[in-house]
Amino acid sequence: MRAAENTAAADIQNSAAAVGNIKEMKKNKKKKKNKTDLKFLQFLLPGALGVAVFILIPFIDSFRRSFCTNITQEFSGADNYKEIFGNEAFRLAIKNTLRFTGVCLPLLIGISFIIAYMLSGLKRIQLIRSILLFPMAIPTATMVLIWKILFSDHGYINGILDSHGADTIGFLDDKAFWVLVGSYIWKNLGYTVLLWLTGIMSISSALCEAAKTDGAGEVKCLFYIIMPNLKPTLYTITIISFLNSFKVFREAYLLAGSYPHESIYLLQHLFNNWFVNMDLGKMAAASVCVFSVIFIAVSLLKAVWDKEEN
Amino acid sequence: MKKISVRRLAAKAEKLPIYIIFAVLCFAVIYPVLLMVQLSLQDRIELSKTFSPINSLTGFSKPDQIPLFPTLKNYRTLMFYTPEFYTVFWNSLKNVTVILACQLLVAAPSAWAFARYRFKGHKQLFNVYVIFMLMPFQVTMLSQYLLLDTLKLMDTSMALILPAVFSTFPVFIMYRSFTGIPEEVLNSARIDGAGEWQIFFRIGIPMGSPGILAAMTLGFLDLWNMVEQPLAFIKDKKLFPLSIFLPMLGNGSEGMVLAASAVTLMPAAFVFIIGQDKLEAGIIASAIKE
Repeated sequence: MRAAENTAAADIQNSAAAVGNIKEMKKNKKKKKNKTDLKFLQFLLPGALGVAVFILIPFIDSFRRSFCTNITQEFSGADNYKEIFGNEAFRLAIKNTLRFTGVCLPLLIGISFIIAYMLSGLKRIQLIRSILLFPMAIPTATMVLIWKILFSDHGYINGILDSHGADTIGFLDDKAFWVLVGSYIWKNLGYTVLLWLTGIMSISSALCEAAKTDGAGEVKCLFYIIMPNLKPTLYTITIISFLNSFKVFREAYLLAGSYPHESIYLLQHLFNNWFVNMDLGKMAAASVCVFSVIFIAVSLLKAVWDKEEN
Repeated sequence: MKKISVRRLAAKAEKLPIYIIFAVLCFAVIYPVLLMVQLSLQDRIELSKTFSPINSLTGFSKPDQIPLFPTLKNYRTLMFYTPEFYTVFWNSLKNVTVILACQLLVAAPSAWAFARYRFKGHKQLFNVYVIFMLMPFQVTMLSQYLLLDTLKLMDTSMALILPAVFSTFPVFIMYRSFTGIPEEVLNSARIDGAGEWQIFFRIGIPMGSPGILAAMTLGFLDLWNMVEQPLAFIKDKKLFPLSIFLPMLGNGSEGMVLAASAVTLMPAAFVFIIGQDKLEAGIIASAIKE
């Protein structure tokens, strides 16, 4: 307290002295401003240096590399890009990855919305939320054996199908794609539901009540009040689910190795295999492509949403 | 009185189908985990019902849903006859702990700088952080490799630790909770003569602790499940983390692998249960659009 009083007194004295000389005061002010401007550096510098050294500069370097030959590092123009787009594995991987995201995202977003909407009408949902969220904590490796028990040709599910007289399904071969989709949804359902729930809860329930007293039904309320208000939530859910869709590589790899059934040969597999063969030029070009696509997709989503907001 | 309670009962009964749907859904979600845990308590003879059809390709796997003679034999085998499991478990634990501790040291001040100071290029720099947070590992895989190779760090645990320490994700989560602190609190501390670091430690850390803990919880769960990085940067099996070692463990001894899976799951489940509210807060914070 006393210290504060002292500094306040000193301040008053200082300013009194400064009144006499406006120029001096301006100078002081400028100095002070500069000082506060640089205070952030002591906090930011260690982290920012690390980010620059470990992420930013290496990435710029691999951008440069994408225009160079693999070994001699001479400038080769767009050769690497031409090569990867002519590469059959690359096209297959792109096709599969796009197909996977195209199937997974709408499915996950739709299912989780239905679940969240149903949950929003219930009380005491903590336990249900926890159970739905739990798979996200489960390390992929611990489930590999269980997926094998469930989905092998002679596995548990095929056993059940067989005992009901149905044909068995090649879950780990031609239907591997759907197992991957399933495990993606299993893993990501919980937090998507959580995000939808947060969105739904943030819409004032008074709004819906008012509409209902005006004679709107449950369905009308859902379509005309709740859904339009959830666009921001949809935006964030789309981005997060999209980014997490890259992590299914963990399941795909641990279950089926570097060369899985061709329907689930993803970009991530290709990167890994190029890496093993040290095809650095191709990798550089491909990572620049993936970076650009994600960057553009996210920016577009953001732009659409910003426009929506105004 | 009676009428109301009847009506309430009717309202509850109306919701019964929904509760049943959720009971089924929750069971389906949790079933694989229950299956793993209870199978790990079965002995070899009982487990053969599960595994011999898969291995011999005749008939169908038919796991007992409840162990008839629950036993800890598999865990004993794991403890006493698989010393490599200890090494690998320790690798995972060490990597994750070191990464999280360093993230705390590096990311918390960075997040503080972004949240509490305005400077030239603030917005642009923060956008760079967000963009790299959004990129999947494969995009930065090559550049990280080139760097690690120059630094002669390939095939060491530093190859996993160093890039992860400077992940921008924790910065983003912590930033969220730091921006929530009212400026007046900081200003009154400044008037009382507190230095910038004092403000950070005495006010920033305690008031931003929900965000910090959320970042740590999310970080733990992701790092404990690290697959891509060790796959690319580690060749020496002694340095493998659990997340890629587990599927290669024990030929023919499925019981032990199940026990190892259950043990691997434990820390993650523990963190999940302890940090669940932090986790939920973290997920919600990560979703708020910048």
